Amino acid sequence: HGPYQPHEPGYGLYQPGYSPYDDQIPDPKSRMLAIQNAKAFLLKSSTTSGLNLYDHLASMLTKILDEQPTNAVDIIENISKDVKWAQFQKKMDTLRDEHEILPTFEAAEKRKALFLKANGEGDEELEEEIGESPLPNVMETAFYFEQAGIGLSKDESYHIFLALKKLISVQPIQTCRFWGKILGLEMNYIIAEVQYHEGEEEEETEEVIEEGGKGMGEVEDEDEKKEKEDEPPKSTYKPPPVIPKEENGTGANKYVYFVCNEPGKPWVKLPPVTPAQIVCARKIKKFFTGRLDAPIVSFPPFPGNEANYLRAQIARISAATHISPIGFYQFAEEEGDEEEEGGGGRDTYEENPDFQPPSVAEMADSLSTWVHHGQSILEQVCC
Amino acid sequence: SLNCVEWSLLPPATEEMVAQAEQLKGRFQGDPSFEYEYTEINAGDAERLFEDGKEPMIKEESRLVATIEQIDRAVGIIPRGAFVKTPLGSVCENRNFEGLSLTEAKKLSSYFHFTEPVNLKNKTLLEKADLDPSTDFLDSLEHDIPQGSWTVQLEKGGTVVVLRSLLWLGLTFYHVPMTKQYGYVYFGTGEKNLDLPFML
Repeated sequence: HGPYQPHEPGYGLYQPGYSPYDDQIPDPKSRMLAIQNAKAFLLKSSTTSGLNLYDHLASMLTKILDEQPTNAVDIIENISKDVKWAQFQKKMDTLRDEHEILPTFEAAEKRKALFLKANGEGDEELEEEIGESPLPNVMETAFYFEQAGIGLSKDESYHIFLALKKLISVQPIQTCRFWGKILGLEMNYIIAEVQYHEGEEEEETEEVIEEGGKGMGEVEDEDEKKEKEDEPPKSTYKPPPVIPKEENGTGANKYVYFVCNEPGKPWVKLPPVTPAQIVCARKIKKFFTGRLDAPIVSFPPFPGNEANYLRAQIARISAATHISPIGFYQFAEEEGDEEEEGGGGRDTYEENPDFQPPSVAEMADSLSTWVHHGQSILEQVCC
Repeated sequence: SLNCVEWSLLPPATEEMVAQAEQLKGRFQGDPSFEYEYTEINAGDAERLFEDGKEPMIKEESRLVATIEQIDRAVGIIPRGAFVKTPLGSVCENRNFEGLSLTEAKKLSSYFHFTEPVNLKNKTLLEKADLDPSTDFLDSLEHDIPQGSWTVQLEKGGTVVVLRSLLWLGLTFYHVPMTKQYGYVYFGTGEKNLDLPFML
């Protein structure tokens, strides 16, 4: 046997005077050579990835000894994978990933509009309006509710505040209040309760009445035709008279409500509510989907789509639950005319400047210190 | 606890407690020692109960325990991959769980009920072949009846995914994708929403 070449299996083990088949323990020199061989094997670079096992094991052991995880043997494969993955920070790629637009970024873009001022002209007008700003202090009320244990996160409250500010700059609004948030299946609703300046929004109702008139005309024509063709016995069923809708600005339609799905999205005005809708809303129980045009499939069939159902629920909630401490509001100074009209004069109330709040203990003990300041909806749905 | 200062240990739930509590309706009173009387009992049940000599009263404490157990069992959920099953059969936390990706987080199938699986054996063989036995050993939310009893929403610009249960109103589960953070919490009246199929 000639001197073994490095690639042959016997390399390094054979020493002159000794054969590989000796049962004796090889002497230290050969053991050192065995170790060097083993190390050389480990140092051999992989042909596919350019790493070698020796370095990989070394870095893995370093990582384990640094971090000292419990039960390292159970997660050793994952540690190995992590170490290899850590190599991926190479800058050798000449290609760069296209800058991914995260959905978070897109959402932030939408909200960005809230944070910008409307336009330069707004500055002068703001100075005049500071005296009576219809804008509610959402952050302050949110703080008080948070003390009570209810509320939205600070971020969201602030976004809502900015969205309300935008709403006010767009619509001619006298008073505005953050009414609340309703959770829906796909999206949620944020609701603002608003009162217009006098005489601002009567145009819409006139249009609706005109369209209603035309619709009636067509229906009558069809009825006449049917009577001539065949005459099935006419039923004597007369539907109960349709309860007239309340005028905008009074009763259940006293306030106008705007909704949006998220702060940053445009505000949509909800249509005024009709008594038929409230009657039906009392009988059904449905989740909101978050889309205002969604149909409500229910029994008894609800006259309208989700926007109407939402408005009806808001009306019921407001009428039943808006309360204030007794004495906080007082009726406006009555003139002689209002007394003659009878009950119709009690629509307006204003804050009582002489209000002395009773102590907290008194208010928490009995319910008699609280009163409804809205008008409740009666059975037949007039106020 | 009633005031977050003094805490009392609740007894573990038994099947009997759960069965009794299911018959009670209405809100909780707030007093753990309040006793409910059965108002509607079948004739059969009444006979059984009176035979034993026990009166059909159930304390609010047991009702509370049973409700907690029911909620956990029905709607306690975890993201896929958070827990793994070892070959020995025990379930333990996956220390390498790094969160779901954003696309995965929006899908109901990436969340599992954290209780004994009920539907797993009913799947077809084809589906079973795709399952990874170490992570897919629980029921997924996809097949919950009725369809659509969970709502998935992205909050905070898409950084947090929030699941809300419609069966137990008030159960909220959150998860921040690509991180290890998830959890669920219940704020509610403790009543099962039996009107769910009509409300969808």
